[in-house]
Amino acid sequence: MGSARIPGQLLFHANKLLFGRNAWGTAASTCLVAKKSSTLAYQPDISPAEFGETTRMNLFQSLTSAMDIVLQDDPTSVVFGEDVAFGGVFRCTVGLKEKYGKDRVFNTPLSEQGIVGFGIGIAVAGATAVAEIQFADYIFPAFDQLVNEAAKYRYRSGDLFNVGKLTIRSPCGAVGHGGLYHSQMPESFFVHAPGLKVVIPRGPIQAKGLLLSCIRDQNPCIFLEPKILYRSAVEEVPVGDYVLPLGKAEVIMEGSDVTLLGWGTQVHVLRQVADLAHDKLNISCELIDLRTILPWDSATVIESVKKTGRLLVSHEAPITGGFGAEIASTIQEECFLHLEAPVQRVCGYDTPFPHVYEAFYLPDKWRCFEALKKMINY
Amino acid sequence: MTVCRDAFANQCALFQGLLGVLSVRNGSTEQTYDIKTPYKLHGLDEGPSTKATLSHDDALKMYREMTAIRRLETATSNLYKEKLIRGFCHLYSGQEAVAVGIFNTIKPEDGIITSYRAHGWTYLRSMSASCVMAELTGKSVGCSQGKGGSMHMFGDNFFGGNGIVGAQTSIGTGVAFAHKYLGTNNLCVALYGDGAANNGQVFESFNLSKLWDIPVLYVVENNLYGLGTSAERSSASTEYYKRGDYVPGIWMDAMDVLGVREVMRFACDYCRSGKGPIIVECVTYRYFGHSMSDPGTSYRTRDEIQEVRKTRDPITGFKELITTSGLVSADELKKIDGDVKKEMDAAAKVAKTGPAVELPSLYTHVYSTILPGMMIRGPDAYTYGSPK
Repeated sequence: MGSARIPGQLLFHANKLLFGRNAWGTAASTCLVAKKSSTLAYQPDISPAEFGETTRMNLFQSLTSAMDIVLQDDPTSVVFGEDVAFGGVFRCTVGLKEKYGKDRVFNTPLSEQGIVGFGIGIAVAGATAVAEIQFADYIFPAFDQLVNEAAKYRYRSGDLFNVGKLTIRSPCGAVGHGGLYHSQMPESFFVHAPGLKVVIPRGPIQAKGLLLSCIRDQNPCIFLEPKILYRSAVEEVPVGDYVLPLGKAEVIMEGSDVTLLGWGTQVHVLRQVADLAHDKLNISCELIDLRTILPWDSATVIESVKKTGRLLVSHEAPITGGFGAEIASTIQEECFLHLEAPVQRVCGYDTPFPHVYEAFYLPDKWRCFEALKKMINY
Repeated sequence: MTVCRDAFANQCALFQGLLGVLSVRNGSTEQTYDIKTPYKLHGLDEGPSTKATLSHDDALKMYREMTAIRRLETATSNLYKEKLIRGFCHLYSGQEAVAVGIFNTIKPEDGIITSYRAHGWTYLRSMSASCVMAELTGKSVGCSQGKGGSMHMFGDNFFGGNGIVGAQTSIGTGVAFAHKYLGTNNLCVALYGDGAANNGQVFESFNLSKLWDIPVLYVVENNLYGLGTSAERSSASTEYYKRGDYVPGIWMDAMDVLGVREVMRFACDYCRSGKGPIIVECVTYRYFGHSMSDPGTSYRTRDEIQEVRKTRDPITGFKELITTSGLVSADELKKIDGDVKKEMDAAAKVAKTGPAVELPSLYTHVYSTILPGMMIRGPDAYTYGSPK
């Protein structure tokens, strides 16, 4: 059996969680996948002191905290989606219905197009709508509403109306066993609709701040949450209200030889790649988390590539038409004379997300490392 | 008249009394039974027969099929707990009567399409438990060659297995349309659940099928819950058989496999006679949660589940009916139980030890053929293999 195992077992070690995403090169002929303990540490971020007192939270708890703050401060706000009332299939909305009542936190029937259309209506009428699409793979019936209605409302009405108060939250990304319809990363479908914002956090501190920003932003936002991090990413998250800026990438690690760019779960994979590069090749990598996919912070990336001369972009979504293509195109245009090697994109293959062989499909650290070596040796 | 738990308590009592009137013909090779729970009709002047005639052989066949599905799902849940099956696995236990009742009415050429709770149908249409279980564990001998998994199983004239809820109704309508214009006199059964009944494309399908008199049989498997949301909480009207408005509908208690068979006979005749679509709401129940990751007890009580198991289980009810009426002997059923157990054990073995999917499965069958010089693009320029 070739299905990849993403270790769900968490070994707590001080304040590190062991978390690994890579297959161990299981040969196609083995039937039973051996349980491997992790390969890497989930590096928790440290919360900036100015955000105040913190407490230990995982990703889904940090999201609950963000929604709790919104429901408390904004009396027009409502949270809805399939099965959110009992806490949600990923427990992101636990306790909210009990605290704020069933008129503000409620279940919808199974109709994604209806949920988003309904959310657009709420937003346009002036109330804050936080809609959940249970899995990002299910967002496509709502595609028309998002692209044709939400994205274009302000433009077509000459600013008389807008859908700024709408935020769509959805779990996304590979989880080890999701198969075709529980693993997709659809961000690149939406970046093609000017008027929307697309945001993907890498951990709890980022998620809470970015979600609060999205909800308060004056534009419709799609907030994609990497589902594999819901339980495994644990950090000391500020309990109070704080926001992180949209449209700004974050340089997590400074370096001088190669720029590594990713978002969501892939940032953690790239961190491992940076460590590998440092240990094996004595290469210093600069790691950037893009955070907001649309509108993306090209300035930060350009500045970094002008310094290092090499860019590796990595994302789970298939390579053709993936957001890496847009980044590569812009970088070659803006940094042509600074580039030491062609921009490398390490992404999922151009196939539907596989049921078996997920580990082979995903852009794991070894594939990224190979691409990095190619750039160094160019 | 929403279908609520009180109504079920009444029906439990009715069903318990379903021993029916026996009219013995030809010794004990055939019996006639009454369908006790009355049907409800919408847009129809007359409904299906309330009497079902069952032969000895058919009784054994239907018993075997239901028992096989029940056992298959139990074996699957065990494999899941052993972590040999991963991901999303939705079990059919409790709803067997729907699939078996329909299966014993339609022709092999009729199309079937359903939602993700598809193991029972895959088994019936392939008659191979190993084909189902091997697909779940991702073996190449699985029915989709290991590429689909639990929700994407297919078979002869069985169009899956669909993960996206509601999509199957539009597709099923299309399949039926193709049969109509190809003049095959076949129909398509499109099954969906109470959750899916609120999805937009279901209503689009109703309109298309009624407008063009498409021979599609919509079956709503109302198991009272859409994942964790009860039908009353998701639906403005829980009378799903009436939701088609201009499409006629029948409501029935689908824990009674003979009832399902009678109703489906009526419905199939209706479709095949060119009158267009019809909806059958099958009120049923699932014992497991929505999927293996859902314990199924946070939105309903264990008592409710136990109550249904005790008083309305389709297999136990059918077993009692055919043994106490003398149509079959208890020994014959016991033999079937033994055979089914052996079959499922063998299938589980194949699932555990069968040949794993080969690596080319990752990138084959994206398009129909491999175009010359085409590569499946990855960072290292992966290439299509040659087709076998």
